[in-house]
Amino acid sequence: MASRKLIIDGNEIEAEETITLLQACEQAGAEIPRFCYHERLSVAGNCRMCLVEWVGAPKLQASCALQVRDIFPNKDGTPAKINTNSAPVKKAREGAMEFLLINHPLDCPICDQGGECDLQDQAMAYGRASFHRFNENKRAVEDKYMGPLIKTIMTRCIQCTRCVRFATEVAGVPELGATGRGEEMEITTYLQQAFTSELSGNVVDLCPVGALTSKPYAFNARPWELKKTESIDVMDAMGANIRVDTRGRQVMRVLPRNNDEVNEEWISDKARHARDGLSCQRLDKPYVRKGGKLVPASWTEAFAAISSRMKNCSPQRMAAIVGDLAAAEEIKALKDLMTGLGVVSLDCRQDGAKLTASPRQGYLFNTTIAGVEVADLVLLIGTNLRWEAPVLNARMRKLWLNTNVRFANIGKAYDLTYPVTQLGETADVLQALVDGRHEFSNTLRDAKRPMLVIGPGAYCRPDGAAILKLAARLAMDTGMIGPAGVHEGGWNGFNVLHTAASRVAGMDIGFLPGDGGRDLDGILAGAQSGEIELVYLLGADEIDTERLGNAFVIYQGTHGDAGAHRADVILPGAAYTEKSGLYANFEGRVQMANRASFPPGEAKEDWAILRALSEVLGRPLPYDDIDGVRKALAAQCGVYASQGLPVQPGADPQIWNAIGVAGQVEGAMALASPIRDFYLTNPIARASETMAECSRLFVAGDLKLAAE
Amino acid sequence: MSVRRLAPDEVQPSSFSFSPANKDRVDQWIAKYPDGRQASAVIAALWIGQEQEGWVSKAMIEHIAGLLRMPFIRVLEVATFYTMFNLAPVGEFLVQVCTTTPCMLRGSDEVVAACKKHIHPHPHTVSSDGKFSWMEVECLGACVNAPMLQIGSDFYEDLDGPKTEALIEALRRGEVPQPGPQNGRRSSEPLGGATTLLDRAAIIRGPDAAHDRGQAIEGNAKISGEVGTAAPISPGTAR
Repeated sequence: MASRKLIIDGNEIEAEETITLLQACEQAGAEIPRFCYHERLSVAGNCRMCLVEWVGAPKLQASCALQVRDIFPNKDGTPAKINTNSAPVKKAREGAMEFLLINHPLDCPICDQGGECDLQDQAMAYGRASFHRFNENKRAVEDKYMGPLIKTIMTRCIQCTRCVRFATEVAGVPELGATGRGEEMEITTYLQQAFTSELSGNVVDLCPVGALTSKPYAFNARPWELKKTESIDVMDAMGANIRVDTRGRQVMRVLPRNNDEVNEEWISDKARHARDGLSCQRLDKPYVRKGGKLVPASWTEAFAAISSRMKNCSPQRMAAIVGDLAAAEEIKALKDLMTGLGVVSLDCRQDGAKLTASPRQGYLFNTTIAGVEVADLVLLIGTNLRWEAPVLNARMRKLWLNTNVRFANIGKAYDLTYPVTQLGETADVLQALVDGRHEFSNTLRDAKRPMLVIGPGAYCRPDGAAILKLAARLAMDTGMIGPAGVHEGGWNGFNVLHTAASRVAGMDIGFLPGDGGRDLDGILAGAQSGEIELVYLLGADEIDTERLGNAFVIYQGTHGDAGAHRADVILPGAAYTEKSGLYANFEGRVQMANRASFPPGEAKEDWAILRALSEVLGRPLPYDDIDGVRKALAAQCGVYASQGLPVQPGADPQIWNAIGVAGQVEGAMALASPIRDFYLTNPIARASETMAECSRLFVAGDLKLAAE
Repeated sequence: MSVRRLAPDEVQPSSFSFSPANKDRVDQWIAKYPDGRQASAVIAALWIGQEQEGWVSKAMIEHIAGLLRMPFIRVLEVATFYTMFNLAPVGEFLVQVCTTTPCMLRGSDEVVAACKKHIHPHPHTVSSDGKFSWMEVECLGACVNAPMLQIGSDFYEDLDGPKTEALIEALRRGEVPQPGPQNGRRSSEPLGGATTLLDRAAIIRGPDAAHDRGQAIEGNAKISGEVGTAAPISPGTAR
């Protein structure tokens, strides 16, 4: 890539032509203050804070809006000289600060942004220190309604328009705008309706001042009194990198962490705002059902109840199901415990997915999240990306904005914020594509880097295995499978989209029916008919608990949700913020969530509960600490030995032939995403008042997200 | 200028549509832009809508947004940005009084006072008979005939208090006063008639001057014609 020499503050640097002067200055080690500029949004250039001096130019330059390729060398051929700290620059910054502060209220002591406010920090660093001349009255602006998640104090707004650009560009929901002009310019949604995006919370992070703040977090805490813990989000299977801020035992807020390979710096509203569910409806002590009623018990009593029931039960009549939020460690511990007991009816696919344990590529998002950005055709099969992985959907939208990619969809059509060619609703269309009978077949074959995304709307159906087989066939036939390593020039366009954070780990560990074992449907049918007498639920709440019949149900989990209501013994576990755990996202990327706080009451970390139970059952698990579990886990699946994303082996036809089971696909039924309500997909979200309000407003109410 | 908001719901019409003739005009504007860039016609569409209704309503904004396939907020942004779009109902005659410096120096205060007296004490408010509303505007570019006001697309110039009152009353009676200077002068000529260039024979019509250089030099008095294509040629530069 072409580059240019620049002398920035006396240091000569070589800067790529495609970057902006602001970025070049940062590469040279200079700090450039800014308000409106944000590297993931388009350039607005309206705050004037990033002015720098280009020696010889008549005026100071807005460095965010000036590309390096436009900076020509001096007449004598020497590189252009840029000063970021000269007297004119300092004066200009003081002037810009003064203008921004003219109308900015002095309410920092009651502002939630206080302590992490760009305006506050930059006023300290770049403002005029010697005197002030704010003698006029300040402008006052009416606050605007933007929905249940965003609190507005619009007098504080400095009109950087980051939120408007985010809504339009990233979220794809152009509902924010700037009305009026000059001093009367105001940021608002159209007629003050709620901002209907699953990513709306991100505008709070983007806002450099306290104009947009988090409504559920309002007046709750100051940033300096919070303990910050790096963690991983479990609300969907993307594994967004988050930071959990706690005060004492309570999680006060969840913020995104920057990871270009996963979530960039966005998280969904569910990831951000379901946190109040962590302190509601919690299971804080063991319970045992006595005389039809759940009564509090000690750990010893609970274990004794389990032990005595298990003694009278043959392993063939026992089963275990893993829910959506479990970390790899407890899945491993439960698997080892159950296998030790001889139980073979295990399943981690509580959504009824027809995925199989091998090959690993058969249940992963092989293109990788970052790899999506080089695709030129995306075929969606039975998925509603906007609800199943909102941040991935934003990445898809970015792809649509920046390239000539084409999107096509088989299944129910959803509003994904970018145009999608609708090929049909049923799996017949997929069959026609595989046979080459469909008019879209040629387009698919001509694409250089085509990819398909098969969602739970397809693989969770009874004919899911047949659909997977077809998808794998299509992937092979249309050149979706190339050499390994998307970033090394290879390509793999076969992608399975999961919605549960625990699923890939469950599949990796092989928490699946053993020889002669029953799958989810078999377990539930067996429980109904009495052939299964004992079911161990590890946080499994999304199954049909009515179908558990008369089975003895042990529920290990965090919330008093569906599973706990049906349980005979409840073992209180730790939520994702309360334990250190490994999670594999849908790419197969292993990431570690750290413990931010402690579980409530007598609740314990889940792997430790299983270890203690194994002792009572007389089959102690061979590890005594979390490192021991992780060593055992790494010994079983090598990818868990380290964090990150291992490069998948490439184009071996064997792999792709092994995916799915040939069979007849059901032609009449539309492929539809199983998610009925984005805001209420797991026990934590269902316990959250904020999520309940979002659901009421956006899903159940008049403001239907998908029905635009 | 105050914060520009849509008019209250009570006065908002329930629907809006362009008249067939105006729809044709809007379609012509849309056709000027490449496919996918229909949004470029938003100002023209709003303006035609305002010509039809007198003001921009919520229904109009939403109708135009649908027509141009734009989000509602994008049209609202444009409508609130430009003060030439009236966001509340106006009278049949919208009196726009220029109060910028030259008009102010020449007595626009009297014109404003006349409007307050004969229309409504407050600007942007429709008179009791529904015929008039008035507003102050920035320079309309007729400073040489200051003070002035605009009604529709007509300028009424060289006003004072009584003349403004007479104008408003004439309009109220249904008369159509002659636009232009109201003090008897022609265009921006001096009040008592032209004082220079009285000898028409000495005036060489501009376009011909370019063809007849000799005459031009000889006459040494040139004005450019209406088209303004011929620049004066001085002897020194003549080839």
